[in-house]
Parts: sequence; C-alpha cells; structure tokens
Amino acid sequence: MVFMIPVVLKNLFGRCATRPYPQSPRQLFAGSRGQLINDAGKCILCGTCARSCPSQCLTVSRKEGLWQYEPFACVFCGVCVEACPAGSLSQLGQWRPAVRERERVVLKVEVKSEKSGVRSEA
Amino acid sequence: MAGTILPFGPQHPVLPEPLHLNLQIEDEIVVSATPAFGYVHRGLEKLADIRDFRQMIQVVERVCGICSMIHALTYCQGLEELMGIEPTPRARFLRVIWSELHRLHSHLLWLGLFADAMGFESLFMQLWKVRERIMDINEATAGNRVILSVNVIGGVRRDLDSGQTAWILSELAEVEKGFSAMSRTILHDYTVQKRTRGKGALSRSQAMELGCVGPMLRASGVSQDMRLLGYAAYGELEFAPVVEQDGDCYARCRVRFAELGQSIGLIRQAIAKLPAGDTSVPVKGRPPAGEVVARAEQPRGECLYYIKANGGKFLDRLRIRTPTFANIPALTVMLPGIELADVPVVLLSIDPCISCTER
Repeated sequence: MVFMIPVVLKNLFGRCATRPYPQSPRQLFAGSRGQLINDAGKCILCGTCARSCPSQCLTVSRKEGLWQYEPFACVFCGVCVEACPAGSLSQLGQWRPAVRERERVVLKVEVKSEKSGVRSEA
Repeated sequence: MAGTILPFGPQHPVLPEPLHLNLQIEDEIVVSATPAFGYVHRGLEKLADIRDFRQMIQVVERVCGICSMIHALTYCQGLEELMGIEPTPRARFLRVIWSELHRLHSHLLWLGLFADAMGFESLFMQLWKVRERIMDINEATAGNRVILSVNVIGGVRRDLDSGQTAWILSELAEVEKGFSAMSRTILHDYTVQKRTRGKGALSRSQAMELGCVGPMLRASGVSQDMRLLGYAAYGELEFAPVVEQDGDCYARCRVRFAELGQSIGLIRQAIAKLPAGDTSVPVKGRPPAGEVVARAEQPRGECLYYIKANGGKFLDRLRIRTPTFANIPALTVMLPGIELADVPVVLLSIDPCISCTER
C-alpha cells in the first residue's frame, strides 16, 4: 500500500484520466468501424452483403428494390463493406448514437436509373 | 451434518462473470468446493450448422471478448491446415502483433481484477488506465477496441504502415513505463504478499494431473507454452516461457506480470522483422472433407479447436476447448483448506472466463 501513495496523490491532484461523456465525446481513430451506411446511388442490389453477413442483419430484395438493415443485430465487423462489389457500403468514423426506439433502416434503391435514394424508417 | 453449505455466486461482487460455487465450510475454512455452470451458455458451436465456414470467424470471435483475436486465429489456422493454405509471411507476423496486444490487455485486465479481489482499488484503476493505451492501439490498427475481427482464412484483413508501427512502439514504451511503475506494488507490497503468498498452492504434479494450462501450469514449474509450437510467426521469434516454482497465487501473479514484458518484447521483435508483401492469399472453394485439431496459446492458456468438415460450406462439427475449462478442476483442489475470505483471490488467480468455458 505504501508504494502506491505517491501514485494516488499524483492522481488526486493531477489531470482527470476520464472524460465527461456525453458532454465531450471521444474522437474515434481513422479506420474505426463505426456506423454502417449504404449509398443508394451506388447500390446494385446484388445481395453479396446479405450473404456474407455473419449476423444476418441485412436483407436485400431485388424485386421490391429494397435494402434493409437491422442496426441492433449488426456486429460492426465490416465484412459486408469489404464484400460489396459496387463500393456502396461504408462505415462512418463514429459510433451509432443511442436511440430510444428500435428502428430498422429501409432504403429504396432504383437500379439502372438516375441516382436516387430515399431513406425511410419502418 | 458437518459444516455449512455456502452458495458463492453466480452474482458476487468479485466475479466478472457468473460462476456458481457450492462451498462446504467449517469455521470459516473451506472443506470442499463444487463448481456449477450454465449461466452464459449461448450454443455458439451449434451455430456452425447455419453459418458458413467464413461467417463462423465472426462467431468464434464472440466466444470470448478478451481473447477474441486468438479464437479467430486458432479457427483460421485450423481451416488453413485443412484447406492446405499457407498464409503470407507478413500476415503471420501481423497475427503475432495482434495476439500479443491481446495478451497484454488481458493480463493488465486480470492484474486489475486481481487487485480488486484483494480490495486494492487504486492499483486496479491504475492498471486499467495503462490498459487503455492498448485498447487505443487495437482501435487504431484493427478498427475495434475489443473484437478486432482482423483474421480471415489465408491471412489478415488489415495492414500496418510504417507510421502506425512507429506509433505502436512509442505507445508500448509508455505502457511499459506504466506497468513497470506498478512493479514494486505488485511484486513487493506487504498487503499483496500477505493476501497471495501460499494461497491456493498447486504442486507441479497436481497441476499436471488436473490438466491445468497456461500461466496456471507455468506458475507450478511446468514450462509449457503453445507458442513454442511455432504457429503464426512465433517460430521465428525468440522467447522463453515464464516459469515460477511456488504454484501459489503470488507465483501466478508473477508469471502474468513477467509475461507483460515478454509480450512487449515479442511485438518489438515482430515489428522489427515485419516482412513486406501481401497480407492475405486469395482463397477459393470450400474446406474439403476431413478433420483437424488446432491449438494456440491464449492469455489464459492453451485453446484447442476441433473442426470437422464434410466438403460443404457448413462444418459438420466444431468443438472448442477453452483454457478456463481446463483450469476449473484445479479449483476443487486449491479451495479446500483456505479461509472463506481468501476464496475470491484464489478463484480469480485462475483468470476465470466463464463465457469462454460455456461458449
């Protein structure tokens, strides 16, 4: 216990090791695997992301033109981003913010037409 | 009836995870201990039926948070052996770097929890403060703090550039400074010695008979380390297992503390020898029918994977033997004879990971 006293005193009068979250959120490093987003303009609805996803949080329906994502089931492994042949998937450098209600991301994708995408919540 | 049966856990302030012990006590002295499990079973092995062999990498990473990278590494090495794939030299060295970063943060976490079990709060917080730098390295290099998800069959998914390796080395110097400043407290403090010396002693033959692995076995004088098998790039790096002779809680503490320095040494060697080239080889097709056993050294000891493939994209059987599963029987020998107040210290000395054990 004696050996720790200088360290304890230094900590007591020194700078805080923690930060007052959420007032000052932590900046993530470049390349961190954050929130998953899909650029509807680039998506070709091939379904590669849904087939590679280990947590099966993605559903792609070419017939209905829908790309659906369940953020609560996502494990943020980034496998879909690497598998995407069109380069439409990417991960933001920030974590998904906390929400009060469970929501599912439904993206309307129009393949072979002008770039358009509508984001709605179901 | 002789003595009293005292239920210890699954909810107990000292336990990071739910483990139940039925302690038969007489005058505050433990007479016998019977462990009971089943509180965090998730059936991850069974998921191999519905997730293909590639998706299973992310599943096995979630067997345990603390050694997630080494779980994936063992699984990938098993499948690479089955499919006849040789990972690139750069990938093998990168695997060593991330493995040792995992060992560092696991041991720092354990030392902190162990201090907490003794009631040494300030040491616990100081060690976890040091550990935060390792978590930052993990996030900056792999993308995530805990579950790195860097392994793929045939190599790794991420690479390190020269700027990152230089930054890792400078951060490791700070980490080394941080835990070295604690060495007097951990190794020579009167309170720590009083709580750990001679507690839960396990002789060399007992440790062997009970099938202990990892730091448990090394603290009892057995020089056994799966890294000596030379998997990944360990065969090309120089190190010797840390061995202590006493077999008590203090010896286990010494082994794990010395392994912090050893891990930093291995990362420095791996960065110095890091060869140029690709990080992974392209893998086509499915694993052929057959079975394979893969072993790796996790922070807690030897981890064993049995993989049986049938030629399809789903595995026939996946069996994971984790280090804590091998170390739990030792509790039934170590706990009898000690005071009830020492149970948390002895229990924590095996570094129990119940999520690993129950999968």
